[in-house]
Amino acid sequence: MSNAVSALNGKVAPGEVTIREDGLRGMITLRADLADSKVKSVCTGLSGVDFPMPGHANCVGDKGLCWMSPDEMLILVPYAEVEAALELINKNLKKKHFLAENVSDARALILVEGSYARDVIAKLAPVDLHPDVFGPGDFRRSHLGQVAAAFWMRDADTFEVICFRSVAEYTFGLLEASAQAGPVGHF
Amino acid sequence: MLILHCPYCGVDADETDLHAGGQAHLKREGPGSSDEDFEDYLFLRANPKGVHFERWRHVYGCGKWFHAARCTATLQVFGTYPAQTLEPPQDIKDKIADARPGWSWGDKE
Amino acid sequence: MSTRLAGKGRLINKSRAVSFRFNGKNLSGFEGDTLASALLANDQMLMGRSFKYHRPRGVVGAGAEEPNALVNLGEGGQFEPNQRATTTEIFDGLTATSQNHWPSLEFDVGAINTAFSRFLPAGFYYKMFMYPRAFWKHVYEPFIRQSAGLGKAPKDRDTSTYEHYHAHVDVLVVGGGIAGLAAAQAAGERGARVLLIEQGNSWGGRAMVDTPTIDGIAAEEWVNNTIQALENMQNVDLRLRCMGAGVYDHGYVLAYERLTDHAPKDEGPRHRLWRVRAKQVVTATGAIERPLSFAGNDIPGVVLSAAVRDYAVNYGVSLGDRTVVVTNNDDAYRTAITLKQAGLDIPAIIDARPTAQGPLIDAARALDIRIEFGKGIAKVKGGKRVKSVGICAQAGEGAVLEEIECDCVAMSGGWSPVVHLWSHCGGKLVWDAEQVMFRPDHENPPLGADGAAFVATAGVANGHLFTAEVVADGWAAGRSAAKAAGHVKRGGQAPIGEDAEEGPISSVWLMPQGAKHALRSKAWLDFQNDVKVSDVQLAAREGFESVEHAKRYTTLGMATDQGKLSNINGLAILSQSLNDEIPNVGTTTFRPPYTPISMGAITGVARDALFQPIRKTPVSDWANANGADNEPVGQWRRPYAYVRGGETVHDAVNREVRNARENVGLLDASTLGKLVVKGPDAGKFLDLMYTNMMSTLPVGKCRYGLMCSENGFLMDDGVVVRMDDNTWLCHTTTGGAERIHAHMEDWLQCEWWDMQVYVANVTEQYAQIAVVGPKARKLLRKLGGDMDLSAEALPFMQWKAGKIGAFDARVFRISFSGELSYEVAVPAGQGAAFWDALLEAGEEYGVMPYGTEALHIMRAEKGFIMIGDETDGTVIPQDLNLQWALSKKKEDYIGKRAHTRSHMADPNRWKLVGLETLDGSVLPDGAYAIADGTNDNGQGNTQGRVTSTYYSPTLDKGIAMGLVHKGPDRMGEVIEFNKVDGTTIAAKIVDPVFYDKEGEKQDV
Repeated sequence: MSNAVSALNGKVAPGEVTIREDGLRGMITLRADLADSKVKSVCTGLSGVDFPMPGHANCVGDKGLCWMSPDEMLILVPYAEVEAALELINKNLKKKHFLAENVSDARALILVEGSYARDVIAKLAPVDLHPDVFGPGDFRRSHLGQVAAAFWMRDADTFEVICFRSVAEYTFGLLEASAQAGPVGHF
Repeated sequence: MLILHCPYCGVDADETDLHAGGQAHLKREGPGSSDEDFEDYLFLRANPKGVHFERWRHVYGCGKWFHAARCTATLQVFGTYPAQTLEPPQDIKDKIADARPGWSWGDKE
Repeated sequence: MSTRLAGKGRLINKSRAVSFRFNGKNLSGFEGDTLASALLANDQMLMGRSFKYHRPRGVVGAGAEEPNALVNLGEGGQFEPNQRATTTEIFDGLTATSQNHWPSLEFDVGAINTAFSRFLPAGFYYKMFMYPRAFWKHVYEPFIRQSAGLGKAPKDRDTSTYEHYHAHVDVLVVGGGIAGLAAAQAAGERGARVLLIEQGNSWGGRAMVDTPTIDGIAAEEWVNNTIQALENMQNVDLRLRCMGAGVYDHGYVLAYERLTDHAPKDEGPRHRLWRVRAKQVVTATGAIERPLSFAGNDIPGVVLSAAVRDYAVNYGVSLGDRTVVVTNNDDAYRTAITLKQAGLDIPAIIDARPTAQGPLIDAARALDIRIEFGKGIAKVKGGKRVKSVGICAQAGEGAVLEEIECDCVAMSGGWSPVVHLWSHCGGKLVWDAEQVMFRPDHENPPLGADGAAFVATAGVANGHLFTAEVVADGWAAGRSAAKAAGHVKRGGQAPIGEDAEEGPISSVWLMPQGAKHALRSKAWLDFQNDVKVSDVQLAAREGFESVEHAKRYTTLGMATDQGKLSNINGLAILSQSLNDEIPNVGTTTFRPPYTPISMGAITGVARDALFQPIRKTPVSDWANANGADNEPVGQWRRPYAYVRGGETVHDAVNREVRNARENVGLLDASTLGKLVVKGPDAGKFLDLMYTNMMSTLPVGKCRYGLMCSENGFLMDDGVVVRMDDNTWLCHTTTGGAERIHAHMEDWLQCEWWDMQVYVANVTEQYAQIAVVGPKARKLLRKLGGDMDLSAEALPFMQWKAGKIGAFDARVFRISFSGELSYEVAVPAGQGAAFWDALLEAGEEYGVMPYGTEALHIMRAEKGFIMIGDETDGTVIPQDLNLQWALSKKKEDYIGKRAHTRSHMADPNRWKLVGLETLDGSVLPDGAYAIADGTNDNGQGNTQGRVTSTYYSPTLDKGIAMGLVHKGPDRMGEVIEFNKVDGTTIAAKIVDPVFYDKEGEKQDV
């Protein structure tokens, strides 16, 4: 798999808020009964983080769990570990009704880093991003401009954004233009 | 531009995150149904000025379909609830009856 | 003349001169000036021409309501027409030109229209441009186009940038006057998240000019203190130059922030469109002064009274040396007093009221200003500037009692609260006869999602004209709004305001009351669109009794100012003409935006590459660098053909078809939808989704499937693959991926929610390349890997997973071309490398990529249908001879019931056949087959239509498919198809499979 490349091959738009495609990341869509203890333990075992509440994401480094819907979890692992993770899921949930698919290549992961990263996202998404309402740990699926996207905060100044691979260039362009236009200073 | 509360993920979703799906609580008519029933199911829709039950999908969010009880004239939202049901929950019916005296689920449309 | 006064000017900085150009002249103003105040300081009263009669126009107002002083602003990529000089802040290098005149502002040939004004009455256009019909296109339309529009459309691309911003607040306060400030303070103190926006560039509103006392200090000081307090609140955001443009459902508000209009050299976006979601909205938008209707009230120099005062106080500009004040209320006395104190001459105050008393009248008297009660203006004399006014009895018919020389007339007809934002989302109005105004009806507010009011008005906008009420009302509105948004903290105290007592206004809609037609036809209501009192009266006489009809007939209020000055006066005249009460006549609808907003702000960043998302496959970059002539397929851009040097697109297509048939071709099929359907009930579910049986498909095999909508029409097709016992992979069309995924989720969530099935859209996880042609197997074998790709190990319509070379691959033996074909899916991240590897390894076999047109031609040669060509939402599988794909074993599938409806089962439906022209030429796409006779509308009958038509390079002739009445029963028959040029072309009905009828080539 040495010939695998991410959608934008690590493209960077530097600035006071920097937009950076984060390269390859392992992502698994798991659809299952999230209340099931076996499902929970597979998720936490693979990612090493606590099982998230609805509307939340728990991420540490390359690993994490993002709550996508009442029956869908997005499991983040290093890109090279996806196949092994899928095998583990298939083995552990063998007797359950579930679906686990590798979606690492179907998505792009873009970082928005800098002092007014919050403003950059607020220019594009119809989401309340006030620090009292949205902070590290919160996870939101919505749209940026005209495409579906999900985002969460790595820290107070960094958003991680995922979008579909085919629109990575458009999404990066939106974020880049919004970052270059400068802060709004609303929050 | 509506805001509807998604009963699945708990988000107060902007209308731009949603997809409208028309009238809720239709009964599917399959093979063996009469022409009248099938026509009713396929084509005939309520278009009330007032209380209406609609299907919405949180398409840019959690992807789930839910139902909304809404006044088409004032855009008041009486409540939203999961789609896996044949009729609205009692608390929403009560709320509508309070706000619109004379209304009842039986003569919904 | 208009000029700069000594010493004064609240908003200007006299130590900083600013140079700008107007109509090519270099002029100078001061920092803080508006274009209007700077022009007036240069004695440039004439600023434009009216729309219909090209009458000379000067400023009439000093703010957003200005209908006259509209200019073309900027040059080249920053050019913008119809900008209000009164709200345009000047900067060094500003260039402006006046509009709607030729050859010049001073001498305008179009002004001849004014001489013919009695031939251009209300409804002129409707009456004039009716007959003869032949004139519509070549005479009337060019004439109307020529005279349409005040400013010029920009010619260059806009060089500025724009953006949107989503804000969610508890309380949005619109208007930064004292009411708005008090509201923001009350809400802010309670801990609510507050956004306070003001359209102008300074806080305090009218109070800064009229200087009442608030909390025992001068208003200016109170405003400054309050702003400081608000700026210190973390939870309050204050924005100047930010207009509340529109209020919409569920607390959605658009606000328009002008960031660099006043400083174009600054970095960053020019405008920002705020998309606000507010739990509560407080509109403290003040009021707009009304003109009075008297003959000659449109002559430059006739200006609203408060505007005259604003120019003097804010910019130190006098509009004239001798100003006659004409009024029906006390407020205009402030203007007289202000001007007199500035050393200017006030020959008289003409007060239409029989009498009045109070401190303002006393103050005017104390300054020895002559006051004439019960009088009006019969007529203003002057052309491009006021020369004098004729005074008459207000109760009379206009006999001139006295002529007073003056060069400015300050008029005041009372105040109209700005109720626009209150009204946008359904707030109703009541007529306040005592104050002579429409004000918000608190019984009928705009309702939010919870059924409760979400907009409140405050201060002057709420009909309170006195400072004490204004600040108390503002504070109370802010407090209630915060409470409604969930902030119940107590504390703070409402500010206490005081100001001079005023006597009652009297309603004056026409001056003098009994003005004859000659005067009424010179008494303007709408200054920009040239609508006069006589026009509205004519409309009423001609039966346009509804205010909405009268508006459209006369164009009253349809100018760029949307009737901010003219609407109330106009509807008062209309109600008088109809002998009805004003509230019964009602207002026209208030529609957003409050004042025009730029197209750029609406667009935001969505321009050029960001105008819309363009979806790319892993192969797109290679394709674009290698001659791809793209066609849009949804948001994808798929190569139609890969054009080589010296080739036409048509040549390229033919080359690609021949090469795939003779050697090997590559198709980027990554855009095809890929849906994984898994679960114990997945087979049962897919049997309902597809018309044919999918539950019986053995693991490892592929099956072509059809999907119908519930009303029986074909909606998608594709190959379904059985991955394992519990898992199916459903291929959809390119356009179907998201649509069919949503369709499946809909049925699973809303109808069969007891089924245990999960669906995932993995379309973009894979790059899928079709390797097509007699040498396809050789090419793949050359890449190596661990898979046996022989016909025995991997027969037609089966699939396998493994390695091709170093690539993780799923290989499907499916064919849409009729050739030996492998569709290979690799992870998208490996897609570009896999494509390169195929090209390199395939060189010796003559490999060439082919585009969508070659794909189409090859499938048409094979008689394969294409969703969107053979189907159009009215076609059922039976029409396409696909009965074999309609399972008879299944009790139910989506569309099954519909297929039994009488029209669906009708033997007379048009059905799919092949078509071959007798001369080998290509049939026109979409052509209809002609039948005998005509229908009820006199149109020729038809018996079929062409659905797909191509030149086949394989067969070297035109081939086509079409739907023809009872077509399959009419093989060999020749029918005529019409052409665009009116002639017809003959074609024979044939079998739709033109190539390899036995299907031997794909199954080797």
